[in-house]
Parts: sequence; structure tokens; C-alpha cells
Amino acid sequence: MTDLALGRSAADRERYLRLLQNYGVYAGVAVLLLLNIALTPHFLSAENFRTQAVQVAPVLIVALGMALAIGSEGVDLSVGSVMALSTSLLSLYLGYGTWIALIVAVIGGAAIGIANGSLIAFIGVQPIVATLALMVAGRGLALVLLPQLKDVRDPTMASLGSGDVLGIPYLALIAAALALLVAFVVRRTTFGRQLLAIGDSRPAARLAGLPVRRVLILVYVCSGALAAIAGVLATARLTASDPTSLGNLMELSAITAVVVGGTPLSGGRVRIGGTVAGAVLIQLLTATLIKHDLPPSWTQIAQAVVIVLAVYAARERGKR
Amino acid sequence: MKKPEDEPTGASRSERVSALAQQHGALVTLVVAVIVASLSFDTFLTGDNLENMAVSSAFLAVVALGMTFVIITGGIDLSVGSLFALGGVLAAWGSQYGTAVALLLPLAVCGLIGLVNGLLIARSRLAPFIVTLAAMLGARGILLSITDEGSKTYLVDKDSFFATLGQGKVLGIGAPVWITLALFVAGAVVLRRSRFGQYVYAVGGNEDAAALMGAPVARTKVTVYTLSGLCAGLAGALNAAWLVSGVTILGSGMELEAISAVVIGGTLLTGGFGFISGSLVGVLLLKVIQNVINQIGSLDSAYQQVVSGAFLALVVIAQTWLGRRRRVL
Repeated sequence: MTDLALGRSAADRERYLRLLQNYGVYAGVAVLLLLNIALTPHFLSAENFRTQAVQVAPVLIVALGMALAIGSEGVDLSVGSVMALSTSLLSLYLGYGTWIALIVAVIGGAAIGIANGSLIAFIGVQPIVATLALMVAGRGLALVLLPQLKDVRDPTMASLGSGDVLGIPYLALIAAALALLVAFVVRRTTFGRQLLAIGDSRPAARLAGLPVRRVLILVYVCSGALAAIAGVLATARLTASDPTSLGNLMELSAITAVVVGGTPLSGGRVRIGGTVAGAVLIQLLTATLIKHDLPPSWTQIAQAVVIVLAVYAARERGKR
Repeated sequence: MKKPEDEPTGASRSERVSALAQQHGALVTLVVAVIVASLSFDTFLTGDNLENMAVSSAFLAVVALGMTFVIITGGIDLSVGSLFALGGVLAAWGSQYGTAVALLLPLAVCGLIGLVNGLLIARSRLAPFIVTLAAMLGARGILLSITDEGSKTYLVDKDSFFATLGQGKVLGIGAPVWITLALFVAGAVVLRRSRFGQYVYAVGGNEDAAALMGAPVARTKVTVYTLSGLCAGLAGALNAAWLVSGVTILGSGMELEAISAVVIGGTLLTGGFGFISGSLVGVLLLKVIQNVINQIGSLDSAYQQVVSGAFLALVVIAQTWLGRRRRVL
């Protein structure tokens, strides 16, 4: 159905919907900011902005990997468990030095990514099911390695979690750097273009001779590694490894950030700027509800409503 | 749209073997697992252990029953774990006003959430996993907000009729087992003998073709998600009757168990093919494996998660392989 076949007003409506999908998230962030400035006491303080930035960093980093998975017409439900696994590995290997522990933690996340990617690329298992299996197994593995909460007493980790440059926390800087990196990868690299082509149409990508399997595996490796980095940073912020609850429901927050940010679930497009704004939107929503003494359960309900609204707004803009 | 009796008679031998493995592999595995377990553990074949396994299987089985319908249409329902917990808490709260309220309240609320899932998926064409993921989050939020963020537990009066639905016994077998068996017989009849059942297979086989043949695609989808919500709510209510309380922390990970059971039972995740009895076998197989892991004792719950995740991956690999074999040959 081309635009010619639609009436003038239908074409206009389509354009508004597209604008809403692409830029609605920025408007949402602006509205929440204004509301908070007007209604929340002590909102406009450097301290508060630092807190919000530190809290949003892990969600944002996980969402970057999720955006890649969704761009390839997949999804990664194992990210929360990968965070738990990385925090367990980190605690286990801290004795060998901080950097070795960090590297082992990220490699662990990448390994889960290889398992996800292999199931999807070689066996042809649907991404939801493959990553669901790794979500359960990964959490189990994390708990096998580290059965309960353990304090992390490590000076490097402590400064990573609470240090800053010119008043900007390390965590926020790392998240911003990773967002720029992922945006560059999506827009400027061959891998990025191949990923979008595969998300657009896998049969077409295969016929065009793209290395579909290799790209898919790499997508889930990126997602796993990014989730592991998020797990490490969350551990640094909390100064404790908690494999039982770290990353719980993280897959939902990440998917929400990506979808609210205008990346269609049908693949073929990735909007990193929107994903960043989406993560900020969720963080602001949560902070607003908590600051106004609404119970945490309301956050879950609000987030559920936001997911459905965002997907609903995007529904007519699937693949053509 | 392949039901077993629709198998083409001219199918080659290896194609038939693949089909047989897909349909009855779970049953064979179950029989082997039971034989191995009863030879390895004296405690396995005792009446108490069997009764305990049967009752604890019953609740998961009811959830898997609804999930089977959803998966045959090519969809998925990730909200069942939250709805199971929500149903249990609502039933326990409602039981103070009598058995009717204790049963109808969870059915109404969980059925309504299932209906909304179905409407969003069928009418607005949203992806099933994202809609039911949102419902999973939302239902858990509702559950937490009606229980003081999970701190309040509602108890069921032990002497009420509602409690006997969970605790009572008929011919020495727990009431939940009988209720579950009755539901499975009804579900199998509906799926195999009713027009709605044919639509379920048709929608999962090829949605466009089903629509062209005049099958009410949207209505069928709305019905299966409503059915899945109702089953999860009912399972939660029966579980609350059995535990004589509404426990708020139940049900997490249950969607995975239910999906595993359905897939192990031979239903294809791609839709269009599957059977009710297979899901029952799948549930029993999962519970026997869990029971064996518990009997070994040294394996803690973390290892159980590793094993069940790996097991699901293996079964899905096998199913994908068998399915591909049948198509190619």
C-alpha cells in the first residue's frame, strides 16, 4: 500500500505516528524533567543528577546490547542472568587482581553470548526460547559459583563505583562512551550494516551472501559482554556481589528502553540515541514515583503500561 | 496444520521415525526415567513420594494446558507465572467470603488479563512475547500492591470447602490431581473434536491461509490467551487451597517450566502442531527429573536451574532437528 493509495489525512496521520515513534521518547523525557522540576523538592541539584546518572548507567549499557539483538530481529532475555554471572565471577577472581577479575567477568558474559548465538544461528532456535534457556541456566550458574551475597572490598572497584571526573561519575562516563561506540558500530561499520540487513530480512541477507551466522553470534556476544560490563559496574556501585537479585527483571527494563526509544521489534533498524533517552525515561519514571512515596510495585505497573503504549505506537511501522 | 492422523500415508520411513520420535519421545524418556529412578532410589516408588509428585505436578499441568493452546497458535505466554501467583493470593483473600468468591475472583481477574493480552496481540497485532512480558510485570505489580509490597500473607481457613479442593482426597488421590485430569480430558476433546480446536491448529499452521479459509483468526487468538490466563489463575487458586495460604513469591520461572513441558511433549514452538497429552507427559517428566535431583540431595537448587535450562535447550535442539528432518525429507 503506497502513500498514493492513502488519503491525504491518512498520510498525515502516518507521518505524525512516525514522528511520535521517533521523537516521542525525547518529549517524554522533557515532560518528566519539567514535572519533576516543578513538583519534586531538591530535584534541581548536582547531587541528584549524579545519583540519577549513576543509577541509569547499568540499564543503559544492557539496553545497548539489547538494541543490537532487537535490530537483528532477535531478543536477549538472558541479560539479567549474565549480570549475575559476571558479579559472581568478579568476586571469585578478585584475589588474582582487579583487572584479571574484570576481564574474566566480561569473558563469562561473552561466553553466554556465544551459547545464545550458536543456538540461534546454527540450530535455528527462536531467540526468545534460546535466551530463556540461558536465562535460567545462567542464573543457576551464577548461584553455583557464588551462593550468597558477598561484600566487595577492593580499592579499584570502590573508586570505579563512586569516583568522578569533573563531577561526572565514572559510571556515567563509561555508559556514554559505550553508547557512542555502539552508535558508531551500527552506523559506520560493515558489521553494523550486515546486522541491520539481517534484521530486515534474513533470507535476503543470506541470498546476498552475508555471513549471517557469524554476524548473529557476534550480536549475542556483544549483548552478553555489555550485560557483563553492566554487572561489573553495578557491583562497583553497590560494593557487593549479589547473584540472587542483581539483574532481576533487567531484560524488561532494557527491552522497554529500546522499544520506547523507537527501535522496532521487527528488526532492521537500531536507534541508539532513542535507546539512551528510553533508559533515562525509565529511570526518571522510577525516581519520580519513588520520590513521591508511591510503592515500588507501582513502578512495575507503570513500566508495563509504558511498554505496551510504546509498542502500540510503533505497531504500524513494522517491516514493509 | 499437522495433526498426527493427517500424516501423509506415503511418508518415507525415516520421516515416520522422526514423527514418532517427536510424538512419543517424551513418553519413552518418561518410562526410562521412572524405571531408572525406581531402581536407584528405594524411596521413589513409595506411595507418599508418588502422591506428592502427582499433586505438585497438577498445578504446573493446569498452567501447561493453557500454554499448549497458545503455543499451537504460534504464540507464547510469559505472564503465566505472575498470574499463577496473583490467582493464588486473590483466592486466599477471597476464601474468607466463601468458596465461590475464592474461585471466581482469580478466574475473573486472571481471565481479564489474559483477555487484554489476547486483544492486544490479535487486534493490535503486537508481538505476543512483549505483550505477555508486560503483563508479567504488571500482574506482579498488582500482586505486590495488594499485599503491602509482598509482606502480607492471606490465609485460607483449613476447614472450609475451598481448602478441601486442595487438600481433600478421593480414592486416596489428591483432589487437585482429579481436577487436573478432568481439565486435560476436556482440553483434549476441545482441541481435537471441536471447531475451535481446528481453528487453533489452522491459525498456528498458516495464519494467512487460515484467514482465507474463513477461520476467525483474531477471535481464536483472543480465546487462547484468555484460556491461558484462566488456567494460570485456576492453578494458582488450587495451589492456594493446597497450601492453605496465598504465597506471593510463587510462580517466578513458572513460564519457563510450562513452556518446557509443552515443548518436551512434542508441541512445536513454531505453531500448528502439538497435543494436549504430550504436555501432561512433559510435566511429569520435568517433575520426575526434579524429584531425582532432590533425592540425590547434593545438588542444590542452583544446579537444578542449570540442569533445567540445559535440558530445555537440548529438547528444543532435538525438536528443531526432528522438525527440519521431516520437512526436508
